[in-house]
Amino acid sequence: MASYKSNEFRKGLKVQIDGEPYLMIEMNFRKPGKGAALFECKLRNLLRNTVLSRTYRGTETLEAADIEETDAQYLYRQGDMYVFMDSTSYEQYELTADQVDDAWKFLKEGQGCALMLYNGNPISLTPPNHVELEIIECEPGAKGDTATNVTKPAKVETGAEFQVPIFIKQGNVIKIDTRTGDYIERVNN
Amino acid sequence: MSDFAPTASWAAMRQRAALLRRFRTFFDDLGFLEVETPLLSADTVVDRHLDPIAVNWHDSGNRSTKQPMWLQTSPEFGMKRLLAAGGEAIYQVTRAFRCDEQGVLHNPEFTIAEWYRVGDGYEVGMDLLAELAESLLGTGSVDRIPYREAFKRHAGVDPHLADVAALRQAAVDRQIVIPTGFDNADRDDWLNLLLSGCVEQQLGHDRPAIVYDYPASQAMLACVRTDDPPVAERFELYVDGVELANGYHELRDAAELRRRNEIANRQRQADGKPALPASSRLLAAMDHGLPDCCGVALGFDRLLMAATNATDIRQVLAFPFDRA
Repeated sequence: MASYKSNEFRKGLKVQIDGEPYLMIEMNFRKPGKGAALFECKLRNLLRNTVLSRTYRGTETLEAADIEETDAQYLYRQGDMYVFMDSTSYEQYELTADQVDDAWKFLKEGQGCALMLYNGNPISLTPPNHVELEIIECEPGAKGDTATNVTKPAKVETGAEFQVPIFIKQGNVIKIDTRTGDYIERVNN
Repeated sequence: MSDFAPTASWAAMRQRAALLRRFRTFFDDLGFLEVETPLLSADTVVDRHLDPIAVNWHDSGNRSTKQPMWLQTSPEFGMKRLLAAGGEAIYQVTRAFRCDEQGVLHNPEFTIAEWYRVGDGYEVGMDLLAELAESLLGTGSVDRIPYREAFKRHAGVDPHLADVAALRQAAVDRQIVIPTGFDNADRDDWLNLLLSGCVEQQLGHDRPAIVYDYPASQAMLACVRTDDPPVAERFELYVDGVELANGYHELRDAAELRRRNEIANRQRQADGKPALPASSRLLAAMDHGLPDCCGVALGFDRLLMAATNATDIRQVLAFPFDRA
């Protein structure tokens, strides 16, 4: 397995620590008082989402984590499991509700997303930045009110609720930013 | 985004040019002579934690490999040789290179300004640095704080007397992340961890601060004063928690430098690094006689960062290392 020397440490590296995969989310090079170099790292555990602070010295190495990302399609939910299909190999993968986390809100049947695989097993998914979802339930809109700063809750086809402008009606398809959960625009009438 | 473009703004590049002019004017007005010395030298500083970049080169005719040369880590050797040969007050703005030093405050190639004046004692050396900082940064009079006092105040330990266990406890108390593989760390490693973790960031906020009287074990090329405990006549300038300059009341004893080189090389080899050439023309110059003097090296890019409130060295470099 490849490894990284401390002088190769960079934000974005995926490394293996104590048998678990981590993403380097911060790396600060310091060299106080003409002393030995210190590499101050913040690392996010890719299985548990916890953040670890570690400081390394100049002579150390970290093993690279066997992480790859693959494009997949969401198929269906079965009990507590979400089932996906790899878009190139057609292999099926399952993620638990815990692993899917908040991303369930954006998962409609056939939705494309990126799956992260660790040692070949799926550990998390990232939806595209923008997804389109149909409104299945909301209060009727006030006629002629096109203001976007006044909002109301609306339920979409995945079962999730988002804040949308007053003029949005049941049956509308809206675009949502998956990073913030914010309404962006209506995509049809 | 293509990476041909500079990372510094044109405003920052104009400020660099202006600061360079003011820096030169400051020393010209004091009667210093601007000098140039080689970037590429057969000699290099022997320091446990400083890794010079070796340049391998060939004879153009027979392609035989020559003895590698070194890109300077500072112009110190060349400038001290000039002092030994009659130089009195000299300064230089040049480039220095340090392997693997890259971060928000480091670029492997950087601009260094260095000056020496014969006859300057320790106090006068610090006075001159303070005057320069006041003149270039306009931040008011420079504070002075002994290294010992800075540690007592911000780390709660006496850096000259505390043992490794007490230094470790101070780091734990201040919730500093203990580096991996620190089991065999020596006192200086722990002091530098505390410096980095809780002391440095407290220095030089209302006004710049000069920290002075370093532990004798961190003398580098400074002379050691035989107080109890003995201290190195070494000082550093801090602005907003960032080290900008390092000065020495210069070591003149060639035998002592040979001894320090030998220790540094032993430590390097224990660290798994190659030893560096222990003999140099600097030692020859010191054997000939280096006059009593103070010298200061200043990170010019960091000075520019302080003057422009930059937080990343990339904001003041046209082309940082990854775009070089």
